[in-house]
Amino acid sequence: MSDPVSALQGRSGGGFVRVQDAGPQGMITLRGDLSGNGFQAALKAATGCVVPDATKIAMGEDAKCLWMSPDELLLLVAYAEVGAVVANLEAELKEQHAMVADVSDARSLITLSGEDGEVRDVLAKLSPADLRQSACAVGTVRRTRFAQVPAAFWFEGAGEASVVCFRSVSEYVFGLLDTGAAAGSEPGFH
Amino acid sequence: MSHRLPTGGRRIDRSKSLSFAFNGRSMRGFAGDTVASALLGRGQTLVGRSFKYHRPRGIVTAGPEEPNALLNLGRDKTFEPNARATTTELFDGLEAASQNHWPSLEFDVGAINAKLSRFLPAGFYYKTFLWPRSFWKHVYEPFIRQSAGLGKAPRHRDADHYEHMNIRTDVLVVGGGIAGLSAALSAAESGAEVVLVEQTAHWGGRDRDAAEIDGKSAEAWVAETVATLSAMPNVKMRTRMMGAGVYDHGYVLAYERLTDHNPDSSLPRHRLWKIRAGQIITATGALERPLSFAGNDLPGVMLASAVRDYITDYAVAPGGRIAVVTNNDDAYRTAIAAHDAGLEVRIVLDARDAVETPLIEAMAERNIRVAFGRGIAKVTGKGKVEAIAICDMAGDGSVLEELRCDCVAMSGGWSPVVHLWSHLGGKLLWDEAAAMFRPDPDRAPTGANGAAIVRTAGAANGDLTTSAALAVGHAAGQAAAAATGHSGEVGSPATAADPEEAPMRAVWNMPANAPYALRSKTWLDYQNDVKVTDVELAAREGFESVEHTKRYTTLGMATDQGKLSNINGLAILSQELGEPIPAVGTTTFRPPYTPISMGAIAGEARGELFQPLRKTPMHDWHDDNGAYWEPVGHWRRPYCYQRTGESVEEAVNREILNTRDNVGLLDASTLGKLVVKGPDAGRFLDMMYTNMMSTLPVGRCRYGLMCNEHGYLSDDGVVARLSDDTWLCHTTSGGADRIHAHMEEWLQTEWWDWKVYVANLTEQYAQIAVVGPKARAVLEDLGGMDVSAEALPFMNWADGELGGLPVRIFRISFSGELSYEIAVPASHGRALWDKLRAAGERHGMMPYGTEALHVLRAEKGFIMIGDETDGTVIPQDLGLNWAISKKKDDFIGKRAQDRDYMTDPYRWKLVGLETEDGSVLPDGAYAAEDGVNENGQRRMEGRVTSTYYSPTLKRGIAMGLVLRGPDRMGDVLEFPGVDGTVTRAKIVSPVFFDPEGEKQNV
Repeated sequence: MSDPVSALQGRSGGGFVRVQDAGPQGMITLRGDLSGNGFQAALKAATGCVVPDATKIAMGEDAKCLWMSPDELLLLVAYAEVGAVVANLEAELKEQHAMVADVSDARSLITLSGEDGEVRDVLAKLSPADLRQSACAVGTVRRTRFAQVPAAFWFEGAGEASVVCFRSVSEYVFGLLDTGAAAGSEPGFH
Repeated sequence: MSHRLPTGGRRIDRSKSLSFAFNGRSMRGFAGDTVASALLGRGQTLVGRSFKYHRPRGIVTAGPEEPNALLNLGRDKTFEPNARATTTELFDGLEAASQNHWPSLEFDVGAINAKLSRFLPAGFYYKTFLWPRSFWKHVYEPFIRQSAGLGKAPRHRDADHYEHMNIRTDVLVVGGGIAGLSAALSAAESGAEVVLVEQTAHWGGRDRDAAEIDGKSAEAWVAETVATLSAMPNVKMRTRMMGAGVYDHGYVLAYERLTDHNPDSSLPRHRLWKIRAGQIITATGALERPLSFAGNDLPGVMLASAVRDYITDYAVAPGGRIAVVTNNDDAYRTAIAAHDAGLEVRIVLDARDAVETPLIEAMAERNIRVAFGRGIAKVTGKGKVEAIAICDMAGDGSVLEELRCDCVAMSGGWSPVVHLWSHLGGKLLWDEAAAMFRPDPDRAPTGANGAAIVRTAGAANGDLTTSAALAVGHAAGQAAAAATGHSGEVGSPATAADPEEAPMRAVWNMPANAPYALRSKTWLDYQNDVKVTDVELAAREGFESVEHTKRYTTLGMATDQGKLSNINGLAILSQELGEPIPAVGTTTFRPPYTPISMGAIAGEARGELFQPLRKTPMHDWHDDNGAYWEPVGHWRRPYCYQRTGESVEEAVNREILNTRDNVGLLDASTLGKLVVKGPDAGRFLDMMYTNMMSTLPVGRCRYGLMCNEHGYLSDDGVVARLSDDTWLCHTTSGGADRIHAHMEEWLQTEWWDWKVYVANLTEQYAQIAVVGPKARAVLEDLGGMDVSAEALPFMNWADGELGGLPVRIFRISFSGELSYEIAVPASHGRALWDKLRAAGERHGMMPYGTEALHVLRAEKGFIMIGDETDGTVIPQDLGLNWAISKKKDDFIGKRAQDRDYMTDPYRWKLVGLETEDGSVLPDGAYAAEDGVNENGQRRMEGRVTSTYYSPTLKRGIAMGLVLRGPDRMGDVLEFPGVDGTVTRAKIVSPVFFDPEGEKQNV
């Protein structure tokens, strides 16, 4: 089988903040009754993650679990592991109403790195989300929009942000971030 | 004559000389100048012509309220019209040109309008140009457009770029003067996050006029406070950033000008800030008002505060011999500044009766003549101030004395800048003593919780003293912080001892009994040429509402939005109507406070980023191989692939014939793919679709129709049953997001208790259609799956591996050919495309685009959502009754389709159309019937919905909706063309090609 090709094919750019295509990333949409014991047990068994609180991220050993909505989670796992994790989840969730869908190829993951405030400034040029440290610390995920398209982001650590957008608009979103991070355009706000 | 003073000027740096051009003439100014101060410094007092009468116009103000000094800036890609000289900072190489003059600023033919001014009264255009109607288009409008209009529209692409910024803060303070600084300080000390913005490049506003603060000069206090605030981590401060508009829930737009003072096209020029503030404090100052006396529009008549600004800030004397005319104490500061700068102050005319205050006493010390109870009867001069005629304020303008001078500094009192307060519905009250509208703190703009969300301080609140600015600012800052949950300990407010000032006297006409001859030369709105007599006439003609009067006279409708003229104009109106000023009220204050650039509004959305372009995994291949693009939603799809020397039409025909004869390849990735799963999924889909989906066996596909609740056809596509509780619904390319939302809406609002989940997996898969008689051979060459008729019959699907890639093959056809649609994870999409092309090469495979797809489906009579449907068409109109289940109790649209209007046998229904001469019917053409309808229009009996040249049949084919069409096979319809010709076409079956379906079922 040929190697998977991400929409941005490893592109990098930016200026005062570095913008980088993270390449193929395993992503699984999981819908179900997040408060149900069975669901929580199945998630734990298949990924090692607990169900995160609203707008938060839960960490497992090899997986991250992002809260998307009251009945939807996004799992991040290694691209090569997706098939196995999907199969595990489907097996664990067999007895209940739930949905597991591989969305790895439907999305792009782009990372921003730089000084923490400057990374926030680049995001703030495009998203109406509250980017103050107090509202958007490490471990928080925001579903939002970047200019004209939907996107989500979170901070992996200080000055390390990850952005997820739909695959078809990857070049648009990369262009937004690249332009927003152009040297000399630092807003110096956050 | 205006000139540069040898010393002084706190804003300019004399060591940095800058060169600029005005109307092609080279001039020099200093760093820190505005274009206005630099022009005045070079003696240029004439800067433009008025809109209607082309009267000579000079600089009136030193700020954003400027009505006259609007210039064209730059050229070509950096050209910008209507730049205010008073707020444009000078830079080296700046090019400016005056506007609205022809042929030159000094000699203007349009000025003849002024001679005709008695024939151009208020509402002139409405009155005169009503008749004859055709004259509007051919005579009046071209004339008006030639002679009127201010700046020119830019003709070139903007060289600059722009961006947005979204931020949140507890407290936003708009205005960096003394009140704003005081408010920011107390709010910050309380512990709130504070953003403080100032529209100019400097903090402190007119601090040089202020009283001493805490025993030091106001300028020193400002510097100290700015330093204190800068050091606080919870405070963000920005200059050259104007609060433009205040909206619901504390949403504020602010306009930052990053490089206007120092152009650099590599940087964003403007940044539009979208601020969500918990509390807003408007400390936006006040604007001085002109006085209404005859000739008050001559260049050289300026606001007293502006005269003072030019002298002290820029060391520019607006004139050598200055007359001051006032109704308040503040203008005496101008007399002092002018005198102390070595200029001759010829007289101070004070409309009030004699008063004694420290500022007036300062006149005696300087031997400046003061005349109480006096005013200006008129200003005289040719294109500039040459003399004033002095009169008794209470009289009719009889001239007591003439005095030569070259500058008149006028002050009619102050109007608080209540714009931002008013944008969100803050109410005003009329302060009789100060003759001003000021914010009513009891009727403040409110936030989501019903409590005040905007506060105000300083001159913007009508507090014209330093001590009040400090105290009210401090209180407002503290209150705003408390409202956002921050109540830390704050220092006590700074204090000031203002000199005593006498009350002002409201003056709306100067002199009080000015006759018509004087009033008709007395300007209210300089930019739009509205005079006192125009407003009076409007009132006599019955315009009682200030909003109507504004529109009838155009008072305050120019680019300055009446910053100088509104209050004076409505005071005249109130006099004429015999109503008190508060009963007349103000016009509506609308954002933005001053014009902001279109570029800033667009932000990053230009060029490549103008609009998101959706790309499939094969997009780059298409682009490299002659794709002629077509927009489909935000997607770009190849319309066809043009070969060298081939026209679009030829390419389309080649692709169609090759698909019919050999094999074609289509990028179908844009098709919507919604997965629907759950115990109630079958029941749910039975409601969504007109036909039955719950009975579809696993492994099978079914074509389905979706209607909205009004019964109209909304979307279509093939549904595949993936497992016992899972279906995959294909939607149209443009419909994926809409249908996903449609499903979620029903699930979330109506059937919230049904166990169904929907996921939009459109972009997870690339989808490629291999279409044509040799399609099976291509797939067999690639290998890995049994795609024989037995293993994978028509309308079945199968999972497997094709050429080593994980695929799902749907055996479905939108062309009438043997056809396989192959889905593959998107990150392998390009790889599969390449493998298929390689395998297809020896079978004569060619890719085809959307137009070939359209023709192929039309030859088979397949409908297309958006062509055969337009939101008024039901499936029954299209002969799709076979896809409407009669067994189901209900589906969305079922009841609607039973209405008598929907079951009317006279509805237009789908048929095929064959022209008698084989030509292609025009798209959208109507079939005409004999006779006319009740509106006298030709009666119609049908229209064309799809029309193409069919290379397969070598003739034009069309589909259309025709009155009782299916019952009229063989009838000939007449389609009149726009060129007068008539095309005749016969009603036939819409299936033109292979009606038995033999080709697809092999």
